[in-house]
Amino acid sequence: MTGKAVVTGLGVIAPNGVGTKEYWTALLRGHSGIRPIERFDPSGYPTRLAGEVPEDAFSAADHVPRRLLPQTDRVTRMALAATDWAFADAAVDPADLPDFEMGVATANSAGGYEFGQRELQNLWGSGPEYVSAYQSFAWFYAVNTGQISIRNGLRGPSAALVTEQAGGLDALGHSRRSIRKGTALMVSGAMDSSLCPWGWIAHQSTGLLSTRPDPEQAYLPFSELACGHLPGEGGAILVLEEAGRVRDRIARGATTQVYGEIAGYAATFDPPPDSDRPDTLRRAAELALADAGAEPGEVDVVFADAAGNPAADEAEARALRELFGERGVPVAAPKALTGRLGSGGAALDVATALLSLRDQVIPPAGPVTAAADRHGIDLVVGAPRSARLRTALVLARGHGGFNSALVLRTPA
Amino acid sequence: MSEAVQEPLSLEDLVTVLRESAGEDEEVDLSGDIADVPFSDLGYDSLALLETAGRVQRQYGIVLDDEAMAAAETPRLFLTAVNEVLCGAASNAG
Amino acid sequence: MNRRVVVTGIGVMAPGGSGVEEFWDLISSGRTATRPITAFDATGYRSRIAAECDFDPLAHGLTPREVRRMDRAAQLATAATREALRNSGIAEAGIAPHRIGVSLGSAVGCSVSLEEEYAVVSDSGRKWLVDHAYTSPHLFNYFVPGSLAAEVAWAGGAEGPAAVISDGCTSGLDALGHAADLIREGTVDVVLAGGTDAPISPITVACFDAIKATTPRNDDPEHASRPFDRTRNGFVLAEGAAVLVLEEYEHARRRGARILAEFAGFGTRSNAYHMTGLRTDGREMAEAIRIALEQGRVAPESIGYVNAHGSGTKQNDIHETSAVKRSLGEHARQTPMSSIKSMVGHSLGAIGAIEVAACVLAMQHDLLPPTANLHEPDPACDLDYIPNTAREKRVDAVLSIGSGFGGFQSAVVLTRPERTAA
Repeated sequence: MTGKAVVTGLGVIAPNGVGTKEYWTALLRGHSGIRPIERFDPSGYPTRLAGEVPEDAFSAADHVPRRLLPQTDRVTRMALAATDWAFADAAVDPADLPDFEMGVATANSAGGYEFGQRELQNLWGSGPEYVSAYQSFAWFYAVNTGQISIRNGLRGPSAALVTEQAGGLDALGHSRRSIRKGTALMVSGAMDSSLCPWGWIAHQSTGLLSTRPDPEQAYLPFSELACGHLPGEGGAILVLEEAGRVRDRIARGATTQVYGEIAGYAATFDPPPDSDRPDTLRRAAELALADAGAEPGEVDVVFADAAGNPAADEAEARALRELFGERGVPVAAPKALTGRLGSGGAALDVATALLSLRDQVIPPAGPVTAAADRHGIDLVVGAPRSARLRTALVLARGHGGFNSALVLRTPA
Repeated sequence: MSEAVQEPLSLEDLVTVLRESAGEDEEVDLSGDIADVPFSDLGYDSLALLETAGRVQRQYGIVLDDEAMAAAETPRLFLTAVNEVLCGAASNAG
Repeated sequence: MNRRVVVTGIGVMAPGGSGVEEFWDLISSGRTATRPITAFDATGYRSRIAAECDFDPLAHGLTPREVRRMDRAAQLATAATREALRNSGIAEAGIAPHRIGVSLGSAVGCSVSLEEEYAVVSDSGRKWLVDHAYTSPHLFNYFVPGSLAAEVAWAGGAEGPAAVISDGCTSGLDALGHAADLIREGTVDVVLAGGTDAPISPITVACFDAIKATTPRNDDPEHASRPFDRTRNGFVLAEGAAVLVLEEYEHARRRGARILAEFAGFGTRSNAYHMTGLRTDGREMAEAIRIALEQGRVAPESIGYVNAHGSGTKQNDIHETSAVKRSLGEHARQTPMSSIKSMVGHSLGAIGAIEVAACVLAMQHDLLPPTANLHEPDPACDLDYIPNTAREKRVDAVLSIGSGFGGFQSAVVLTRPERTAA
């Protein structure tokens, strides 16, 4: 046993593409998933655009057993479907493995929020006897982990992590640890969806959303025109396996691929907002690189958190300049084509980075035409950029001060 | 609330409520003769039945007994337990 | 490199009294803190009882500004953190902030604040298109309860990894297990670890009503939580928080810290069976126990006390009894086991940490807390559940176990500090 965790399967649901192939094609063509909200009437709210997955692109009834529909929020249906796709991609049938050797660790930001709104509405509008029997778990943060475990018979160590956007990386870091400790396979990643009015006003309450009405102009991370972000829904579920096991599986004729190794991971937390101590994003990146045994110079591409508001963009750009030097490494911000998907966004960035490593190409930052000069970063814009890619660094920041960094390497 | 005499809940009504509140197992045909088939064989667990009973209570404005419902392991037993309350309530109201 | 994890501080905010001393006083005397709900008017609900904290955040040193910002779960966690910091002495130890982490369990996050906000912005459930004009500036912090870990990190000056672990009712145990991993692997030397939940609000009471998981014994609130008793009929919802200072053993020894116990082992498994249901055989929980014992290099025969999940539902009592027999074998029959949920109720993601705190205190005091309200033992539960009265006994190793919605099954093994030093 090597104790190394490699990714062998991807399941992707993104606003601009449902399914890995569809998403990756959309990214490379610069197709955006930012569009006017259709799930509810947004006309009364200052922000009316989101990275919404169109109903016709993901119709839950086509992917999730009918028995599960009444008891699941959209976020869980997405997670269950993406898990099926990730297993298929990895060419793994969980029934073939000992149940205690497979676990699930996913991240989540707000649970099954639309389900929760409906039940709050039932309770406050009609009375306690109108609350669903499924409310006790359909909205809570562990719901995706629990339902994935049940549907696939995974009885190993499982967990759900909540660190807002950073969660997508934290779940993968947690899963990698489980593999090091002896678990053969982990289903990991994150899915988030809170595109209901109650979720929408929570996003708006941060004051960080863009209110520009033009989908091409609303979310422009690192741009001179950056003015906030747009939330979206979706994410990625990944199958992680112990590297030696995969080698054996391939030797026995399995037709799977190894997308890459999770070579390093670290997380930090910022001091309080009124502190004069520095933020800790750079340290997270340094610790993740050290964990991977990699020098900054070995990093071929960075997938940025890409907050889209000028102060947070500058904080991230500063960390990148300090680590890699002025314009020292290509920076990718594919979130500009999807919006920020909560913890799902960081997991999706990891999937995207693995596809970049596979195809040796960096996707462009959607509608962003150029990074602001003052940021001093080499943002990939306009068209996909071909490059020799062996090592990728993925960064994520969660609201409140969470920072996480993950290092991916191409298979040896 | 004054109501007309309550019609008993039929098997067809129950299947409708089951589908709404707990979905339907792809492997099971609910349109067949299922009155004496245990709920567990129809793909419904205790949670599904709690949700179903909750819906029946709200739709018909009745209160069902926890233990009687927990003991109702087939659609026929479920209907008997509901209709005892439903028709009893209706006749009292009348 | 063999890094071991010890407990060097405890803070507890539990029903029936604030702080570790009042908590121990309550559970070691067998008194109960379950009562009619006062947090809101529960008329019309099936279960109208709870174990509530009489908690005054200002008396615990929180500022009015902090109180406005924080959900009740954050307030309880912050107060518990401050108590743990005080009795561990780590705040004065000059530890680099990046060597301190946070791992906090919570099952339902900031649900009280979310519900209060919802009632306002929806005009009490009249509007689906809720009104953004009335939102609290803190709404996003309630929306994503990572904010709970943030508050603990700020209270403790932590800049290492921080996370909320949300594994339903094993959140508290799992957060401690996660913390121990962070220390063992060398990522940090200290973790503020535990759990918090403040779920006593209409939506949570209603959702447990809907599945009849909570007891409807409203006419006898003090005796409503009856784990392992033939007459038990559901759990009593509770609130609370516990934060433990977990620390690398050599680090604690070098700074002359008082070591309360060793956090020797942790195991977790999933049942992959049902979101709320348990099988009777206890197979997955038994495996979690086996893993925790193995990690702690503790033989089943060394376990002197089991702190049970003991929620007071029939399926739990049978599941858990099977799991303990399956994992401890014949020794299970000689091992006292109790549920403090009989006294402090079930505070969801907090209770696992509160129960581990109880285990540490039991070892310190050579006294095992009882299962209150156990007068008619269920014949199907045939172990020694320490009925009603605490039992004096010196124990070298204890086991704390829990089950959670979602299928989580977890186990923690603690040992006496003398064993660590030997």
